[in-house]
Amino acid sequence: MEGAERSQEESTGQVQPLLSVRDLMVQFPNRRGVLTAIQDISFDLMPGEILGVVGESGAGKSMTGNAIIGLLEPPGRIVKGEILLEGKNLAALSQQAMRRIRGRDIGAIFQDPLTSLNPLYTVGDMLVETILTHLPLSRAEAQTRALDMLSEVGIPAPHERIGHYPHQFSGGMRQRVVIALALCANPKLVIADEPTTALDVSVQAQIINLLKRLSKEHGTAVILITHDMGVIAETADRVCVMYAGRIVEIGPVRQIISAPRHPYTVGLMAAIPKIGSGADKLIQIEGVMPRLDGIPAGCAFNPRCPQKIEACTRTVPPMIAVAENQLAACHLFTKPGGA
Amino acid sequence: MIQVENLKCHFDVSGSWLARLINRTGRILVKAVDDVSFTIHKGEIFSLVGESGSGKSTIGRLILGLENATAGSVHFDGQRLDRLKGAGLLAQRRRMQMIFQDPYASLNPRWRVKNLVAEPLRGTLPKAERLEAVGGLLQQVGLSPADGDKYPHEFSGGQRQRICIARALAGKPEFLVCDEPTSALDVSVQAQILNLMRDLQDEYGLTYLFISHDMAVVKHMSDRIAVMYLGRIAEIAPADQLFENPHHPYSKMLLAAVPSLEGVGKERTVIQGEVPNPVHPPTGCAFHPRCPHANERCKAEVPRLIARSDGSEVACHGVEEGRLP
Amino acid sequence: MEVTERIRDSLHRFFDGDFWYSFTQSKITMISGGVTAVMLLAAFFAPLISLQNPFDPAALNLMDAFTPPVWAENGSWAFPLGTDNQGRDLYSAILYGSRLSLFIGFASVSLAMILGVTLGLVAGYLGGIVDVVIMRVADVQLSFPAILIALLIDGVARALLPNNRHEDVVVYVLVLAIGLSQWVNFARTVRGISMVERNKEYVLAARLIGISRPLIMLRHILPNTMGPVLVIATISMGVAILLEATLSFLGVGVPPTEPSLGTLIRIGQDFLFSGEWWIVIFPGAALVILVLSVNLLGDWLRDYFNPKLR
Ligand SMILES: Nc1ncnc2c1ncn2[C@@H]1O[C@H](COP(=O)(O)OP(=O)(O)O)[C@@H](O)[C@H]1O
Ligand SMILES: Nc1ncnc2c1ncn2[C@@H]1O[C@H](COP(=O)(O)OP(=O)(O)O)[C@@H](O)[C@H]1O
Ligand code: SF4
Ligand SMILES: [Mg+2]
Ligand SMILES: [Mg+2]
Repeated sequence: MEGAERSQEESTGQVQPLLSVRDLMVQFPNRRGVLTAIQDISFDLMPGEILGVVGESGAGKSMTGNAIIGLLEPPGRIVKGEILLEGKNLAALSQQAMRRIRGRDIGAIFQDPLTSLNPLYTVGDMLVETILTHLPLSRAEAQTRALDMLSEVGIPAPHERIGHYPHQFSGGMRQRVVIALALCANPKLVIADEPTTALDVSVQAQIINLLKRLSKEHGTAVILITHDMGVIAETADRVCVMYAGRIVEIGPVRQIISAPRHPYTVGLMAAIPKIGSGADKLIQIEGVMPRLDGIPAGCAFNPRCPQKIEACTRTVPPMIAVAENQLAACHLFTKPGGA
Repeated sequence: MIQVENLKCHFDVSGSWLARLINRTGRILVKAVDDVSFTIHKGEIFSLVGESGSGKSTIGRLILGLENATAGSVHFDGQRLDRLKGAGLLAQRRRMQMIFQDPYASLNPRWRVKNLVAEPLRGTLPKAERLEAVGGLLQQVGLSPADGDKYPHEFSGGQRQRICIARALAGKPEFLVCDEPTSALDVSVQAQILNLMRDLQDEYGLTYLFISHDMAVVKHMSDRIAVMYLGRIAEIAPADQLFENPHHPYSKMLLAAVPSLEGVGKERTVIQGEVPNPVHPPTGCAFHPRCPHANERCKAEVPRLIARSDGSEVACHGVEEGRLP
Repeated sequence: MEVTERIRDSLHRFFDGDFWYSFTQSKITMISGGVTAVMLLAAFFAPLISLQNPFDPAALNLMDAFTPPVWAENGSWAFPLGTDNQGRDLYSAILYGSRLSLFIGFASVSLAMILGVTLGLVAGYLGGIVDVVIMRVADVQLSFPAILIALLIDGVARALLPNNRHEDVVVYVLVLAIGLSQWVNFARTVRGISMVERNKEYVLAARLIGISRPLIMLRHILPNTMGPVLVIATISMGVAILLEATLSFLGVGVPPTEPSLGTLIRIGQDFLFSGEWWIVIFPGAALVILVLSVNLLGDWLRDYFNPKLR
């Protein structure tokens, strides 16, 4: 009996998270004091998992992503917390060491495909260069791999296109090139920051499907940052909802969409116009997200929260399990007998 | 109320005369709007939807006279704006206003909010009354009169869009062109703005031309919808009808491309290809390279917008021939 | 009471704002700002703090000519920096000379600014043939060196005016010449901004309201050009002062009876090798310090207004 239990634990529970973020806090010192952009960010990411990160602009989504890949704009810096990639703490690494990790272990995809490609190099140059930097291949092998990557991301006639410059590609094709670049050294983790926001609706769907397929085929874990809940719904395994620099709710995508618990997530879901519904009025969350220099005491959402209780204005609510694998930071759940 | 007939707007994007001579290229025209006709009835919300570059904004600007049409006409309450001059033009202009996509670019950063909102009232009211009117307008859009003393950068995107709406309403217009008014906003704020626009419509009996690329938003807002592709209208239909029973293959594709919350983890059938370069649009039906139902006729002949018995108008050979439902 | 409160409020905003903060962030900027301020004040209050009126022939005594600075042998406290060949106190002459230089600088830059900003605004906003004509004129203007223009205008003025009148108007000739040679920079920059801003949505909104084109340019576009215009004005100021000095040095500028810094240097260079070095060194140093600090201020302003560097 005991042996059987152990072996089961080994096969399921023992899977180590690929990425484990603990109590991450990023601050921007400026002349009026110190702005805390994100704090208490903790989550795990399993190998091959797609984690969606949603929230209003300014919630700290990009900041979280940039902190993980070590691309915080100075004066921003990690003041607390750990970013463990397979047990190695990235937060403690030097810029130099981080450069080696970027590209090889972590790939990045940004919103604007044009600015993330160097206009002076051909697509092939960039791919081969990246592959040679990170993988022990010869130039000829790298060239072959570059061609493979281009066809894998769905660029027609890769032999011809490999010699083209970024401006010769359309928006959607450019984003495919960026994805090829991010994946060419076979990283275990890809951070995609609003990868479809700059694209046309019909192209968005193509890119999302591509990301999903590649993640599955290569077993790459993806942190998908977007403000579009629809994109997350179709792509992610789990969702992390951010508000004013903190995670307010995290859980499996199905649960977050059908049974959100945090009042902010509830409001967010209701505010999305849905094609299926004939409602005359959208449910709206009153007010706006506070700026970094005006985050209220207690729960940052409390001035906009329709369900706020007295504790909300006093203490910051901790993350509490509200359902299976689902955590929310809200006082309604810390009180015994709460909703 | 608004009657658009065979409207065309072509932009000359060729280089200078010298450059053309050296490169031996002729004039290059972008047909931003090509032969577009539709009517907007009083009190309705008429929407233009389509991917970027399909000419939606250009139509909005043409209607308001911010751009000159290459051909065709726009009648506003029976009058052609481009035939009006001086005071007559000004009077008509005051009846129509626009709300823009980018709430950061549409407010002069160097002006106080009260002056921004009061600008349309200059010369019509004495100062004290003007300020009072501004206070009322700010309240109406959900801001406080005290906000008038601030500068635009002190507001968030949604609040700025409210300021834009207040300014647009100041001259008591009857017709508003709303060019992607919520595309730059977050969903929770988008809901506030959309609701506000609905409320204002009810209160003042406004007529809207609503422009967006977001199908769900359009569905929520509109009475009738025109789907645009590369400067032409592919389909015009009442909102419910378009979503329940789209005819044009492009309308169907757009609807299929909308990510939905219900479809958790579902694989969607994606239509291949991208919007072609408007400088060299495809021959015949501009959609034919991406259309699964294209035949030889589609490649050669531009389909005309044809009215159907269910109240929709569709520009598609397949639908006309009965090949498609 | 409301007024004082407003002033206090805006003073507070100024010293609490980014502008002042950025100014205090670099020692060089603060020093050049301080130096410029001191020289401006000194020039403005020259009649109060000078020892004699160097422009008044009656105040000069040829017997005092070539007095060395006070710390040298034969120096005198009456002439702290020595005297020139006319017995003019150099300290006072430098004060009055900078006054003249600064006046010509300010006036010519203002002229260039008004001309350039207006033409640039119109060219950029209206576009089309107006734009083409204005910018072609600007191109032609740029292909004439400033000195040539100045010589040309000076020549015309000399030909038109009797010789004794020429000295009265020479300052205005300089202002006109320097102003004309500098407007193109303003025009080009303002045209660029104007072309960008006219397509911004707030300008469209203003057009929709029915605001006339001149008013849109004045009320909406002009304020947005002020940052870069300030930068160009400061840099042009340095150039204008140098240009005036150059012209005066070459003898087409202000006459030796009312010397500017450039004139003093011209007078001084005749005596540089006969031992009276101070006549050229002190005015020269004053000129270098003035132009350098104005230029450093301009550099800082340019960085301040460049969003990419912030
Ligand atoms: N360089 C910076 N200095 C100070 N604050 C910054 C800087 N960059 C971003 N921020 C602030 O950090 C917060 C989080 O930004 P970001 O992560 O980009 O948000 P999101 O990606 O969710 O829209 C925002 O409030 C933003 O204003
Ligand atoms: N002023 C202009 N000059 C040249 N081309 C333009 C101009 N304005 C718009 N266009 C072109 O016209 C087409 C339609 O643009 P637009 O009406 O803005 O589309 P939408 O609003 O649907 O995105 C685009 O291809 C655009 O590049
Ligand atoms: S006309 Fe032809 S190509 Fe165009 S949408 Fe209809 S079937 Fe497709
Ligand atoms: Mg972001
Ligand atoms: Mg548009």
